[in-house]
Amino acid sequence: MIDEELVQLLTPEGQRIASADYESSLSGDEIFGFYRDMAIVRRICNEATSLQRQGQLALWAPVLGQEAAQIGCGRALEPSDFTFPSYREHGVAWCRGVPPEDMLRIFRAVTNGGWDPQRYRHNVPTVVLGNQALHAVGYAMGVQRDGAEEAVMTFFGDGASSQGDVLESFVWASSFNAPIVFFCQNNQWAISEPSSLQTKIPLYHRAQGFGFPGVRVDGNDVLAVYEVTKRALDHARAGAGPTLIEAFTYRMGAHTTSDDPTRYRIDAEVEIWKHRDPIERVKSLLVHEFKVKAVAFDEVTREADAIALKLREDVLAMDRPDPLSMFDHAYAAPHPLVEEGRREMIELGVFGGSH
Amino acid sequence: MATTTMTMAKALNDGLRRAMEKNKKVLLMGEDIGKLGGVFRITDGLQKDFGEDRVIDAPLAESAIVGTAVGLAIRGYRTVCEIQFDGFVYPAFDQIVSQVAKLHKRTDGVYLMGLVIRLPFQGGIGAIEHHSESPEAYFAQTAGLRVVSCSTPNDAYWMIQQSIEHDDPIVFCEPKSRYWEKGEVDLDAAPHGLFDAVIRREGSDVTMITYGSMVKTALRAAETAADEGVSIEVIDARSLAPLDLAPMATSLEKTGRLVVVQEAPHMASIGSEIVAELTQRCFYSLRAPGLRVSGYHVPYPPTRIEEEYRPSVDRVLDAVDRVMEFGS
Repeated sequence: MIDEELVQLLTPEGQRIASADYESSLSGDEIFGFYRDMAIVRRICNEATSLQRQGQLALWAPVLGQEAAQIGCGRALEPSDFTFPSYREHGVAWCRGVPPEDMLRIFRAVTNGGWDPQRYRHNVPTVVLGNQALHAVGYAMGVQRDGAEEAVMTFFGDGASSQGDVLESFVWASSFNAPIVFFCQNNQWAISEPSSLQTKIPLYHRAQGFGFPGVRVDGNDVLAVYEVTKRALDHARAGAGPTLIEAFTYRMGAHTTSDDPTRYRIDAEVEIWKHRDPIERVKSLLVHEFKVKAVAFDEVTREADAIALKLREDVLAMDRPDPLSMFDHAYAAPHPLVEEGRREMIELGVFGGSH
Repeated sequence: MATTTMTMAKALNDGLRRAMEKNKKVLLMGEDIGKLGGVFRITDGLQKDFGEDRVIDAPLAESAIVGTAVGLAIRGYRTVCEIQFDGFVYPAFDQIVSQVAKLHKRTDGVYLMGLVIRLPFQGGIGAIEHHSESPEAYFAQTAGLRVVSCSTPNDAYWMIQQSIEHDDPIVFCEPKSRYWEKGEVDLDAAPHGLFDAVIRREGSDVTMITYGSMVKTALRAAETAADEGVSIEVIDARSLAPLDLAPMATSLEKTGRLVVVQEAPHMASIGSEIVAELTQRCFYSLRAPGLRVSGYHVPYPPTRIEEEYRPSVDRVLDAVDRVMEFGS
């Protein structure tokens, strides 16, 4: 993956590589922490895929292959920052402290949200592509008006980069110098459409046309993603305006469990990216440079398995919601049509719980 | 009671000013609303007095005006979005329907989507295409939104303040053809609740329900009908979603005859909903089928012929004749 545009601090083989602009500041313990995060998120993802195959989830959007992009940027955030994800940011959600079972609620079809976004300072998933980019810019404008030293980060993919809302959010962020980082995971595929259909230039070049910096980082290199994101967030908090980060990565799995990628992409391409696996290269670094022993990795595997087992139990225990709950919070203030519906359902004798 | 006479445009301006004075979290955002004061001058002078951080001239992107207002709401601000004209709201339709209407529910009540989308609507000003539309039904049909419309300066002054204070998102429809008409404004007390229908003229033979620009048309029709011995009760719906059906039903039980007047085409419209609901509630009191006097089911015409499209006093009186003659 020789690409002079790409910020990279770790080769696919796990060897450090010098970058003109960035240097890794991380200790061995911190890098091991990132390894742990990535291994656990991958285990959560695989458990969720199994749960879907077993009919326990309606759908799952795998994050397989994108763990470094999400852990690298997620760990660069401060607790006081606010994040606006799309629907595949399970790694970022993990970094924000969202419990894994809450990530799966929406895919179990028991809620359209999943967690308290103010508690974790991490918005609930946005399914309509690109809508969240404008919410993030608006939130960042609020941060500006409050005079707070906080940054906002929003997430979208190469597919959503074609959405008007994303491009409008670039205009607004630039015009108002909003404290925001646009984190684009270019995973090469928008369901079946290659990223070449969305853009004829490297995605991060778009930022220049809107008047703010863009940078392409190796999205499978957690050290590089961390440094690039940290600098962009500091830049935003300091009042220096937005940055577009293009994390160049690959969606190793299907778009969702309803997708069949064998219909539109060849195995040889997937094979190439297997050699760029984000977790293996960090493991290699930890073994060779920091002499981390196999027992430490085994301990992470055991921890991840335990988290996955608990996740499975939690998901299986998620009952269908009380049908009457559909009337709660439809509006903040009482609404006659909502109350009419609620009354009708009660009169029909519909009861909630585990039926 | 301190009352003063002013136009609806000035009443909206004063209402916005008062809301901004009361709550520092209230922001205004829209195209040309700063130095220019908006193309209808509704925000005239507000940027000068409240600053560019609170009265925000927006780049020309309606989806972003509403989308960033959502983010500001999550941060605790209350944004009044000005959509320059009814026909320019559609780029923001996705944000309004997918996000504004649903985020309170999606977050189990954590987010309050207290924002107001001001929409100069309806025709009658001789504009070019896309400047005279009545899109209220699109929003009224969406659960999570509320839709209101003012028809007098006093209502404009109070309803805009009530809308800003309200915790649900509100599409605030302003009948642009009435912006320059003057009326009494009571500066001390709101005359009605935000979601109340109001009887504008009492009568005993026909219940006529309308809103926005057509309130004046209905009142003129009632005046003319009175000369011919027909007594029309005119009700200003004011809240289009939800509808305040109780006073409408009370009136219809008295008169037995219903005419609804609106500029929008009647297909799946506010008027259709009023007729359906009141038919259900007042079936045994009805002396004639409820009628709708509406715009035609065609794209809004070139405005040299818009007065043949918008319900006129004559068309309204024709409907009155038909409900009066029914069964006789």
